[in-house]
Amino acid sequence: MTAQAKAGWMHRNLMLLLMMYLLLPLLATGLYAFAKDWQDSLLPDRWTFEWFGGMFRDIRFLDALWTSFYLCLISVTLSLVIMLPAVFVITIYLPRWESFMKGVVVLPYAVPGVVAAVGLIRTYSSGPIDIAGTAYLLIGAYFIAILPYMYQGIRNSLLTVSAVELLSAAELLGAHRMRAFVTVILPNIWPGVIVSTLLSFSVLFGEFVLTNMLVGGHIQTIQIYLVQRMNESGHLASAIAISYFVFILLLSMVLMKLGKRMNGGVRG
Amino acid sequence: MLGLVPFVLVILAFQFAPLLSMLTGSIRQEDGSGFTLDYYVSIIQSAYYMKAVKNSILISICSSVVGIAIGLVSAYSITRFAPAVRDRLLMLSNMTSNFAGVPLAFAYIILLGNNGVFTLLFKQWGWSVFGDFNLYSWTGLVLVYVYFQVPLALLLLYPSFYGIRDQWQEAASLLGASPWQFWRTVGLPILTPAIFGTLGILFANAMGAYATAYALVGGNYNLLAIRIGSLVSGDVVNQPQLGSALAVILALTTLLAVILNHQMTKRAAWFSSRHTLKQASRRKSLYRRFTEAKGEAG
Repeated sequence: MTAQAKAGWMHRNLMLLLMMYLLLPLLATGLYAFAKDWQDSLLPDRWTFEWFGGMFRDIRFLDALWTSFYLCLISVTLSLVIMLPAVFVITIYLPRWESFMKGVVVLPYAVPGVVAAVGLIRTYSSGPIDIAGTAYLLIGAYFIAILPYMYQGIRNSLLTVSAVELLSAAELLGAHRMRAFVTVILPNIWPGVIVSTLLSFSVLFGEFVLTNMLVGGHIQTIQIYLVQRMNESGHLASAIAISYFVFILLLSMVLMKLGKRMNGGVRG
Repeated sequence: MLGLVPFVLVILAFQFAPLLSMLTGSIRQEDGSGFTLDYYVSIIQSAYYMKAVKNSILISICSSVVGIAIGLVSAYSITRFAPAVRDRLLMLSNMTSNFAGVPLAFAYIILLGNNGVFTLLFKQWGWSVFGDFNLYSWTGLVLVYVYFQVPLALLLLYPSFYGIRDQWQEAASLLGASPWQFWRTVGLPILTPAIFGTLGILFANAMGAYATAYALVGGNYNLLAIRIGSLVSGDVVNQPQLGSALAVILALTTLLAVILNHQMTKRAAWFSSRHTLKQASRRKSLYRRFTEAKGEAG
């Protein structure tokens, strides 16, 4: 169907309705975060910044933010270090394994977080490796959770820059395989890899199931902290929720910019 | 080849070993010897757990069907806009899909909870229709679930509409068909594989959703994902075997839904190859697009 230059009034109203529906919860959270008190009126009567101020004076919040940040960072870095060579080897040397890999990579989708958590707890709460409730287990679980994003991202970048041809050219010129990977392939796929890294980061930042079930009592990430705070102070919680959302929004805007630049530059 | 070693190790350790352990845990006797189906039998015999399964399936079906209905209409509408406007609208709806899980539940509590803004307003205005509404009940859960299903449905469905050409519509109307007849006999049948495929993803997404329900109703509402969570992380009781068996049941339902999606994607590809579409996005599997969409996220 070809898109028309101008959509009819019916479609415009429909879209307006949809956008209102989708943005309303966001808007409400935003207003609530700035409202001094908000009861039985369409808009809050008085406004304040005190919830945001309170948020940044809250040691537990800052702790949770920091915990979330470094856990995500470690997981994403680990994933990069492990996935880059692995996807490289599979795409270049073992293309026959690709369809099998697709199945493996899609698995984290088909298996919900709750189910994955059950298996992880069973495997690691006793026996030779007892790491239940520790950050190690969580990082392992995070690795699997972002597997689809990382695999797809790296693989697509490799295909986009025609890594096979690049590599054979480099080897023809006498570069060792390892050297070719580091000096020729890596710099070329870097933009695409950054995009999937940031995406993975934002996914992990919003992760709740695995965190709550695996380390809920011991480690507080921003999501866990939010649940606890929800029942105490609604205004403070909405300030946190909105800050979280704005952060994720900024991240995805950077993502989109990068993605666009990539598509404009190299596209196979 | 050496580059593969850490990858294989991590995948085995954190993906396959846990799944295997869960499977064997659900069919092995407590002392670790012998095969048993006791846990499954006790789940089937327990009204409590069967209720959780039933609730989960019903909520997933309801929210998926409503989500797909809204998504279908919106997807059609969105293809009627110029590409620039369309992309902006898609971006906006995609942006809201980041707002899932705990923050989403919280937003709905602000709006419609016991002391929610709308709850109080409706009371003040005397709109008794909404007086019985309870966010922490079945209807409330469906309402919140629908919210995170709609952007996903929209994103997965809208490319399929480009498979229906304007010429077909013109041809149909020249032959005397009303728009309704066209959609019933030509449009919808073409969309059917995409609709069922998307339904599979939405269903799996809702079945596995945990964060939203947990933040909204805590342990108070009987859902499969919530039950598994409380059995295994041990809020009250700790019965890992029973939890494993429940988890296997949950995984089976989502796996079935995903297989449905896979079959339907194949059928959709059959359609698009017959009509040699230019749209590359048509050939992308729904999963690929799901990667870009993100699910309930947590």
